[in-house]
Amino acid sequence: MIRPGKMLKAVLQSLFKKPNTLNYPAEKSPMPDKFRGKLLFHPGKCIGCKLCMRDCPANAINIVKVGDRNFEAQIDLGKCIYCGQCVDSCLKKALEMTKEFELASLERGKLKVVYHADNKESPAK
Amino acid sequence: MLIALFNILIFPGFIFLTLFGWIAEYIDRKLCARLQNRMGPPWFQPFADFVKLVSKEEIIPEEANPTMFKLMPVLALTATVTAFFYIPLWGKSALFAFNGDLIVVLYLLTIPTLTYFLGGWYSTSLYSKIGAVRSLTQLFAYEVPLLLSILAPALLANTWSLSEMAAFYGTHHWYWLFNLLGFAISIIALLGKLEKVPFDIPEAETEIVAGTFTEYSGRLLGLFRLSIDIEAIVGSALLAAVFMPFGLGLPPVVGFALFILKVLFIICLLSILRTVFARLRIDQMMTFCWKYVSPFAFLQLLINLVLKGIIVK
Amino acid sequence: MHKVIIPVGPQHPALKEPENFMITLSGEKILKFSARLGYNHRGIEKACEERTYIQDVYLTERICGICSHSHSTCFVQAVEEIAALEVPKRALYIRTLVAELERVHSHLLWLGVAGHEVGFDTLLMYTWRDREVVMDILAMLTGNRVNYGINTIGGVRRDITPEQSKEVAKATNTLEERTKYYIQIATKETTLIKRLSGVGVLSHDDAIRLGAVGPTARASSVDRDVRRDDPYAAYGELKFKVITDNHNDVYGRTLVRMGELMESYSMIRQLLKNMPEGPIAVKAPRKIPAGEAVSRYEAPRGEDVHYVKSNGSEKPERVKVRAPTLANIQTVAKMLEDRQLADLPIVIAAIDPCFSCTDRLTVIKEAGVRKNKVMSWEDLHDYSIGWYRERGIDFAGLNKKLTRMLK
Repeated sequence: MIRPGKMLKAVLQSLFKKPNTLNYPAEKSPMPDKFRGKLLFHPGKCIGCKLCMRDCPANAINIVKVGDRNFEAQIDLGKCIYCGQCVDSCLKKALEMTKEFELASLERGKLKVVYHADNKESPAK
Repeated sequence: MLIALFNILIFPGFIFLTLFGWIAEYIDRKLCARLQNRMGPPWFQPFADFVKLVSKEEIIPEEANPTMFKLMPVLALTATVTAFFYIPLWGKSALFAFNGDLIVVLYLLTIPTLTYFLGGWYSTSLYSKIGAVRSLTQLFAYEVPLLLSILAPALLANTWSLSEMAAFYGTHHWYWLFNLLGFAISIIALLGKLEKVPFDIPEAETEIVAGTFTEYSGRLLGLFRLSIDIEAIVGSALLAAVFMPFGLGLPPVVGFALFILKVLFIICLLSILRTVFARLRIDQMMTFCWKYVSPFAFLQLLINLVLKGIIVK
Repeated sequence: MHKVIIPVGPQHPALKEPENFMITLSGEKILKFSARLGYNHRGIEKACEERTYIQDVYLTERICGICSHSHSTCFVQAVEEIAALEVPKRALYIRTLVAELERVHSHLLWLGVAGHEVGFDTLLMYTWRDREVVMDILAMLTGNRVNYGINTIGGVRRDITPEQSKEVAKATNTLEERTKYYIQIATKETTLIKRLSGVGVLSHDDAIRLGAVGPTARASSVDRDVRRDDPYAAYGELKFKVITDNHNDVYGRTLVRMGELMESYSMIRQLLKNMPEGPIAVKAPRKIPAGEAVSRYEAPRGEDVHYVKSNGSEKPERVKVRAPTLANIQTVAKMLEDRQLADLPIVIAAIDPCFSCTDRLTVIKEAGVRKNKVMSWEDLHDYSIGWYRERGIDFAGLNKKLTRMLK
C-alpha cells in the first residue's frame, strides 16, 4: 500500500541503535589486510633494477644509487596514486605497502619521503 | 519600567528565546541525526555556529539595496520575539493580553516570511529571487489552514484572546481533545511556515542553492538563522497554548517545566516529520494544502460549531 | 515573471562535479535547457598515449571515480584482444565479481543521491550507510575502496581466498535484505513517488533516437545490455535477467536500478559458487603488437566503449574513451521539456551522470564560423585576460595592488 511516512518505523528504531558513524579522528575503523597505503622500502633487498621507476604511472618513486650496492628511495607521496604496481614489479620484494593512510600534510616537503640506505626514513630536504 | 525592560530583553524576551531557540535547534539536529543513524552535533553547535557567523565578514551584493538587505533580518527577529509576549506560557494569562491578540500573533508570525521574500528580492540574485517568490507562494498555501485550524479552538472558547482561551480551557478540562484534528493540521502548516522538509521548497538546496539566504552572510545570516530558531519556538509555543491547554493551574516552576516539555514535544514531532518525507514540488504543495489540508481545517471548524451549539451553552 | 536564465553549475549543490547548465525559466517552468561540457577535461586520452600499457591501466581506472573498474576492464580487454592473450578463467571470474560489486555500490550510491536531490536526506543516509558494507568488501578484496587496481593486462593482480569469498557471501545476504527494504521504500513512500513518477519522461522512440544507454534506456523498455548481447569476462556463463521497465520516467529508472541490484546479488552468488581453480594471470608482453581493438563494457551507468590502437611499441598510439554519460546527456534536454525547475536536479541525477568520465575534447563552435581553429596556450591566455577586461576586471592593476599589499 502506498502511504506517506513509510520509513517511519525504521527511523524510530534507529533511535535505539548505536550511531553507524565514527567520531573519526578520535575513533578509526581498521584497514583491511593488504590495504594499499603508504609505501615502505627495504634498502637491503633492493638491487637497483629500477623496474618500479619504469612502471610507476605517476613517476612518484625514484631510486638513487648512494654507494656500492646501496640504494635509497625517494617517494613523493603527493604524486603517488597508491596503485601498488611498483610492489608487483619489484623482483626482490624490496617494496611493500603499509596500512598507513593518513598522509595529508600542510607542508609540501613532508610529502617527499626518503628511505635511506641505512634503513632510516626522513622527509626530503 | 525596569520590569518591562527585563521582560523584553531577558525573560521571557530576547535572551530566554535565544537560549531556548539554540537548545531547540540542537535537539532538532541531534534527534534528526539519531533518526538517520548518525551521531549529530555536540550540544554547543548552534551557539558555535552563531558565533562563527557573527564574527565573519558581511558581504552585500553590489546590486542589492543595502538598507533593505540589512533591515530584513532585524525585522524578522523583532517580529518573532514580539509575538512571544502574547502567548500564555504557564498559568492562564500571557504577559500582554487584549481581545484579538490571537490575530496579532498570527500576523506577527507572517512577518518573517515576508522578510524572507523582501530580503531575497532585494539581494537581486537569481536564486534568491526564485526562493523569495517560492516562499511567498508557499505562504498562501499554509496560512489558510493554519488560521482556520487555530480559529476552531478559539471559536469553541468564544474569544479572540489567547489568554482568555487558556482560561476557558483551564476550566473546561477535556475540551482540548476536540481539537486534535486541528492540531494535526496546524503541525503540517507549521512545517510549511518553518520551511522544513517536505515543505522546504523556498530553500531547496539542490535546486536554488539556499533560496533567499544565498547572498546572506556573516552577521545578517546569523540573525536570520536566529530568527528561524525563535520562530520555531514561538510557533510551537502558540500550538502548545492553543491545542494543549492542560496543567495550567500548576505552580510556576512546574508549570514552566510543563510548558518547556510541550514546546519540545512539538519540536521533536516536527523533526521526526522532516526525516521521513521527500521534498514536494511547489505545485504539489499547493494542491496538497488546498485540496486536503484546508477541507479538513474546515471540518474541524464545523465540528466545533456543532459542538458549540450542543455542549457549550 | 519575465524570462530569466539561471546557471546551474559549474558550482552548484545539485551537481557533484563541475558542469554548466543554462536554464531559461519562466516562473518555475523550464523553457530551454542547454548543457556546456568540458569543465573536467583532463587530457586523459593524450596522457594515455604518453605512458606504457601497464601504466595506462591505472590511468584509465581514474577516468571515473565510481565506475573505475569499468574503465580499466574495458581498456584491458581491448589491449588483451590486440595482444591475443588468453586470460585465465579464474581471472575473468574475479574481474566479473569486482564488476558486479562495483555495480552494487554504484547503484546504492545513486539511490542515495536521488534521495538527496528530492530532499529525502534520510534515504541518503541509510543507503550510504549500507553501501559501506560493499565498500568494505571491495577494500578487503582489492586493497582500496574506490580505485581497485585489480586489473592488469592478462589477468588480475589479486586472488580471492576461501575466507574472503565467505565474507562476500555474507555481505551479499545483508545487502540483499537491505535492498529489498529500499525497493519497499521506493515503491511505497508517497512523497518519494510523487517526486519520481511522471518526471523526466523519455519515450521508447526518443531513447533509441537519442542513443540512450544503460538503465536510462532500459527504463524506457529498450532491451539492451552488453553483458547479454556481447558477453565479456564471465558473463557468458552466468544466468541473469536484463531488467527493463516501461514507466519511461525517473521512477522507472529507480525500479530498473533496484532490479539490477537484485540480479547482481544472484550473479555474485553464482560467481562465488562456480569460481574455477587455476592461475589468475598470464604474462603480458611489454610491447603490444600493432593492431587496434574496440572493447565494450556494461558499466553501472551504461555502455562504455574504449578504442585502443597500438603501433607495436610500449605505448599505445591512440586511446579513445566513450563514457556512458556522453550518450545519455543529450536525453536530459528532452526529459526536461515543459518540466519545472524543481525537477531539474532529479532528472539530471536520474541518468547517473559522471562528468569527469564524459569530458574529453571540447570543440566550441562559434556561430557563423565554419572552420574550427585550435587555440594555442598563448591565445587562451590572451583570451582570458581580454574576457575579464571586457567585464571591468584588470588583472595587471590587481597584480600591482597585490604586490604592494604583500610588501
